[in-house]
Amino acid sequence: MSAPLSADLAQIGKSVVIKGELSGSEDLYIDGQVEGSIALKNHSLTVGPNGQVKASVESKAIVVQGRLEGNLLASDRVELRKSAVVTGDITTQRIAIEEGAYLKGKVDIQGKAEKAAGK
Amino acid sequence: MASVTQNFMKLFRGSSGSPESAENQAAQKLTRRSSGLGELSRLWDSETPLCVLDLGSTSPANIRFFTERTHRIYSEDLLVASTDPALVTKDEEGQVILDSRKFLADNLVYPAAHFDVVLCWNLPDYLEESLVRPVMGRLWSVLKPGGMLLAFFHTKDAGPDSPCYRFHIIGKDTLEMQRIILKREARRGPTGAVHTAITDGFRLQRVFNNRHIETLFRDFASIKFFLARDNVREVLVVR
Repeated sequence: MSAPLSADLAQIGKSVVIKGELSGSEDLYIDGQVEGSIALKNHSLTVGPNGQVKASVESKAIVVQGRLEGNLLASDRVELRKSAVVTGDITTQRIAIEEGAYLKGKVDIQGKAEKAAGK
Repeated sequence: MASVTQNFMKLFRGSSGSPESAENQAAQKLTRRSSGLGELSRLWDSETPLCVLDLGSTSPANIRFFTERTHRIYSEDLLVASTDPALVTKDEEGQVILDSRKFLADNLVYPAAHFDVVLCWNLPDYLEESLVRPVMGRLWSVLKPGGMLLAFFHTKDAGPDSPCYRFHIIGKDTLEMQRIILKREARRGPTGAVHTAITDGFRLQRVFNNRHIETLFRDFASIKFFLARDNVREVLVVR
């Protein structure tokens, strides 16, 4: 599966390996390996089917098709597609999990009020 | 959705030998009433968010069920975790076993007295012998005092080919059951190890009688049995 093309979409390809802190103000598609932390405050992160991410992630939306190890904090939504293998706690407002996805961790749904209160 | 009546005799029985493909078997969902779940359902209306641990296969339905009620759900598939080849070791007599210490170092790692409810489903019947007691001991410690654990046990009528199911909560006392058919290709497990040992689902390891079940949960404060018409004993224990 190839990444959706968009002018505001940064892509990390299959052969790319990154270690460190990733932050940005555009959507990000990862099909390679990333280790560290990822912060995309008002944008979305997609981990492609070949993606292997070991990082805490903070983003508006997080879509996982590959492997992700780390805690996920999404201000809007998290989607785990059927090929997703996720180990970590998920905190979000909305979540969608396809049949076949693997999750080891906590799911905590925070409403807007809770989020505003910083709970 | 198939009716409960239609499904009664299909549940928890050995494979029928029908030529159904693995995909069809995995796709079929059978409904089942659960008295134990019904008993637990009194807790779901709690205004205080509950911590619930689901030890079955990741179930979108269960996650939805609890998060809609503002409870926190933890999902951990212990059967899949137990297939990690790195766990294989030998005991003092040279018998091949799974290393329970390593297993518990990687799994069920939670603070003491953390959960209000643990959904064990049919885990004890399918878990490898050397892991059963250590896992139950750990579950006791992560349950809050007064917390409840629900487990299902086959009766002696079950054969070794009794299919292993995953359980989806679809009502306060109703479950949807879906046969677990593992893919034949090698797959990386949660620890990153490649699983090749299991090709066709999990096999029933043993059948507990009532005394065995009572011994298994002897550290718990109380135990309640529900015998269903499909030869399954549901057990609800309170720490």
